Amino acid sequence: MSAVEKVGSRGTAQSGDTVTDDFPIRVRRYGGLVRLNHWVTAVSLALLAISGMALFTPKLFFLTALFGGGQMTRMIHPWIGLVLVVSFFLLFVRFWRANLPTIADGVWLKKIIDVVSNRDETLPELGKYNAGQKFVFWSMSALIMVLVSTGVVIWDQYFSGFVSIELQRFAVLIHASVAVFAICVWIIHVYAAFWVKGTFGAMTKGVVTGGWAWRHHRLWLKQLVEQREAKDVASALPASADPSIPHSRSQA
Amino acid sequence: MDLTPNSFTLMRFTEWDNPETGHLEWLIRKDGCMHCADPGCLKACPSPGAIVQYSNGIVDFIHDNCIGCGYCIKGCPFNIPRISKVDHKAYKCTLCSDRVAVGQGPACQKACPTQAIVFGTKEEMKGWADFRIKDLKSRGFEHAGLYDPPGVGGTHVMYVLHHADRPSLYAGLPDNPSISAVVQVWKGVTKYLGMALMGASAVAGLVHYAVIGGNRVTEEDEENAERLRSRRVSGGEDARA
Ligand code: HEM
Ligand code: SF4
Ligand code: SF4
Repeated sequence: MSAVEKVGSRGTAQSGDTVTDDFPIRVRRYGGLVRLNHWVTAVSLALLAISGMALFTPKLFFLTALFGGGQMTRMIHPWIGLVLVVSFFLLFVRFWRANLPTIADGVWLKKIIDVVSNRDETLPELGKYNAGQKFVFWSMSALIMVLVSTGVVIWDQYFSGFVSIELQRFAVLIHASVAVFAICVWIIHVYAAFWVKGTFGAMTKGVVTGGWAWRHHRLWLKQLVEQREAKDVASALPASADPSIPHSRSQA
Repeated sequence: MDLTPNSFTLMRFTEWDNPETGHLEWLIRKDGCMHCADPGCLKACPSPGAIVQYSNGIVDFIHDNCIGCGYCIKGCPFNIPRISKVDHKAYKCTLCSDRVAVGQGPACQKACPTQAIVFGTKEEMKGWADFRIKDLKSRGFEHAGLYDPPGVGGTHVMYVLHHADRPSLYAGLPDNPSISAVVQVWKGVTKYLGMALMGASAVAGLVHYAVIGGNRVTEEDEENAERLRSRRVSGGEDARA
């Protein structure tokens, strides 16, 4: 059994994640395309939240001015929703595997008081994501699904003729309630990125420091270091080139 | 036939075999906005000033402020507003608010040759209705009565019905209309609870940051990470062996 396989069964590194040759060590967490994908998602969700709240209550109707008036807001909101769905789907395909729950997530959640108190010493070693990030990931996935399906039902301009008014009433109620939860999850998500220092770099530059990875995602860091080492060894010493090299090393 | 953005009213016509009398009855009513005292359309509308209720009871759509969202359709218990595919604004009977404002009756009443439609203050109209109801009762329609449904606070368009006990006979006129409970929840508790929840999330973040503060990576973390790499690269003691 090779080292990479062994580690792979407990790690969550994704293709493109690597440790760099910098000193001190830095870790590449997201490539350029993924970051672009994330920011399209983020911007469209922010626009959806604002334009949605503008239609949520007359008290917030003034927000429609940001979109060029009420008619424009009403017209554009569902289209941004479609952008979000496509964009989030691409993120989903990329991230879902690394967001599967693990035993360590349960331990981490039991120590949630330590988590929010910045007592990281007591927490278990984690892969690429912690249970909080996974919660954001899965709840957003579910909420966006509900938002898009109810959103289409109340898209009056194109679909009013296909759905009964009674169904539209239920759809608009669900759409508004679920949007509230999505916005709350989103606030938590953005706050977490701000609270946990060093995280923002992951989504701007794509890179975090080794210390950040050690502190928050140690299993992931260890896996990347091992992968890197296995690769270095493999390229420097082609497996069968020199029989004098102890076999155990490349097998490690 | 149905209401459209261009036709605000139409006659709905039902042929009904009265099982009690064996008579075939023609039940006709003029469909259109009922000008509810508690208008569901107004409750649902997100755009301030797109729907207004005048002191004379007329509920009017101000098209300059309408954004075409269709929420009024969901709010209305009578299925009245229609959105134009041309200018994406909602339309319905205005009770000729412009004519009424200058002391005239609405055009439908003016045009009606038989006084099937009459116009006046609500009190006058109730008096007129009593007179018609007595007449109907004297002709054997014992359930004759006024349609002024209390579920929407009464309406400013009222019908004298021969069978006021069964309004739905009249091409599905709602027996006991009220603003849908779903709409009430949507425009009531959802709005307040929703604003509270979103506000609470933001406040929770601020408070957490003020009390606990940022989670910072330490020098030690950086050194530990560096050591992890150095140990691997230096070979020798292989942690995983
Ligand atoms: C504009 C505000 C936003 C900011 C500042 C922000 C910031 C970040 C940061 C820093 C990360 C990296 C976290 C890490 O690598 O550990 C991240 C990851 C992520 N973001 Fe955002 N984000 C925003 C909006 C959104 C929105 C609107 C969505 C989706 C609806 C979203 C979905 C995700 C997902 C799925 C991840 C991957 C992490 C995971 O799987 O848990 N983000 N975001
Ligand atoms: S379509 Fe116009 S009148 Fe109807 S709820 Fe929307 S803004 Fe108000
Ligand atoms: S009948 Fe419908 S459109 Fe007319 S006032 Fe009542 S709720 Fe509004």
